[in-house]
Amino acid sequence: MTAPISIANISHDFGDFRALDDINLEIGSGEYIVLLGPSGCGKTTLLSVLGGFIKPSEGTVLIGGRDMTGVPPAKRPTTTMFQDYALFPHMSLRDNVGFGPRMAGVGKAARNAKADELLDLVGLKEAAKKRPYALSGGQRQRVALARSLAVDPDVLLLDEPLGALDLSLRRAMQDELKQIQRKIGTTFVHVTHDQEEAMAIADRIVVMNGGRIEDCGPPDRVYRQPGSLFAAGFMGEMNRIPGTRKGPMIDTDMGSLPAPNATPTGALTLCLRPEQIGMGKGGWDMGQARITDAAFFGTHFRCHLAPEAASELALIAHLPPNARPEAGSIVSLSADPADLSIFKAET
Amino acid sequence: MRRALPWVYMALAYAFIFLPVVTLVLFSFQDGRLPVPPFNGPTLKWYADVLGDQRLMSALLNSLLVGAGSAALSCALGFLAAYGLARHVLPGSLFLRGLLIAPMTVSYLIIGLGLLIVFNNYGPGPSLWAAGVGHVVINLPLAFAIIYASMGAQQENAERAARDLGASEARVLTLVTVPMLAPAILAAFFLCFTLSWDEFIIAFLMTRFDVTLPVEIWSLLRSGLSPRTNAIGSLVFLVSTLLVIGLELFIFGRKRQ
Repeated sequence: MTAPISIANISHDFGDFRALDDINLEIGSGEYIVLLGPSGCGKTTLLSVLGGFIKPSEGTVLIGGRDMTGVPPAKRPTTTMFQDYALFPHMSLRDNVGFGPRMAGVGKAARNAKADELLDLVGLKEAAKKRPYALSGGQRQRVALARSLAVDPDVLLLDEPLGALDLSLRRAMQDELKQIQRKIGTTFVHVTHDQEEAMAIADRIVVMNGGRIEDCGPPDRVYRQPGSLFAAGFMGEMNRIPGTRKGPMIDTDMGSLPAPNATPTGALTLCLRPEQIGMGKGGWDMGQARITDAAFFGTHFRCHLAPEAASELALIAHLPPNARPEAGSIVSLSADPADLSIFKAET
Repeated sequence: MRRALPWVYMALAYAFIFLPVVTLVLFSFQDGRLPVPPFNGPTLKWYADVLGDQRLMSALLNSLLVGAGSAALSCALGFLAAYGLARHVLPGSLFLRGLLIAPMTVSYLIIGLGLLIVFNNYGPGPSLWAAGVGHVVINLPLAFAIIYASMGAQQENAERAARDLGASEARVLTLVTVPMLAPAILAAFFLCFTLSWDEFIIAFLMTRFDVTLPVEIWSLLRSGLSPRTNAIGSLVFLVSTLLVIGLELFIFGRKRQ
């Protein structure tokens, strides 16, 4: 089962602290949404509002078209998968997964069948009789997923589900989560502070900061054309080049370039990803720069550069390995103006 | 020599602790009229005598009833208080917690006297029930403290998950909270039982015709020493030891999880 979510004008205060500030978001049926942001940005609060654990100070939440703003967690078509999994340690995996159906009054045979089917889905069919303490972290995470899905939720809410796993397991579980979501078609809302995880898994990423939505869109768009300076910095390494708009041109210390139509006036920050800086001639010639440091990363050299025209500006670029960049040598840099994300400078 | 000293010290310390008990148990097997040296060879006749004594056996049964009943009630009340204070924000909850634990610092004699006055003036007078109530008064703080200490975020999260999966409050309590806290509740139960089983002052003040075992032993002692009292003492010691072993098992069982 699956349902759309409509979040309208949600605000929430914890005492004097505004945790959520006028959030508006439409989530489609069967979409995989990732709420991404640093700790304290309000992403977990928003998830708790969707799950019914927090009643927002203002605004409404519609799930499947029905107003759910004040409805308690048990009566919502949502299930939450908690960060520490919150499995029941005194029950077998089968009883853990069958708990939701049991509460709904499903008979023992039927709920055991349901539990076995879901344990099979997450690859733990053989372990149905084990207790949670006999499992590894990744297996517990799978059981928690199976338990949440056993009540056939329209929406599954995942609170940093992979946070407790080590890196390689986390990457493997991402693929698995996405696969399962595709198979069952339930709407997933997933909270994380790991932007790689978000990009790997999401249909759409919602970047949050200070209780507000900074940007919202498909991973590649949010990464390449971020909607705000904060989103630009949070999604990965970013070069920030100061500039000023003068008529139809933008002036920077590394030369000027034609301003796109929507460019704001005044002081600007031009954002470029390290891999968007190239060598040689290009749409925007950034002049010569001295390589201060180069480290080999297999697919590229990660280089620190000091432009000759603006030596206080430290750039980072991913240069191709066959260029053999060396510390101390001089290279000429260029970039495609279409790759630039241009924002008003922060004061 | 240097290395032997700690071992000598340890042997002396254990001898100091266990000599009275060993003497008691040894002379319960005394073939003679007095439980004093010299030891005249083993006999089980005092045990036969004790186990055949109607009054002693009914006192033993009374002790078991009072112990089990008061321990069960202490744990039930202690659990409810701990759950309430751990899960809900109450005004003055620190004060309420202190108030619950405070009776631990009051001597049994004072509590017993207070209960005696209350039961004589406003209640049905001394009885086994009154002794049971007295034991709940002294054991409730302990049960509360043990159960409260073991309530952590782990249970709270599991309770939240259970509610999210559609469980009513009653089912959260019976299917999640109590089973998860079972080791602590059982530990509290065994400790309360042991304390009630050994308790004399309150039982002495609060009982009249039906008495508990410690009170019966005391009245036997008034007619002088006999290997018979040693035999009773050994039996009581055996039961207490079994209870403590049970308690240890539950505490270790908890650590293994």
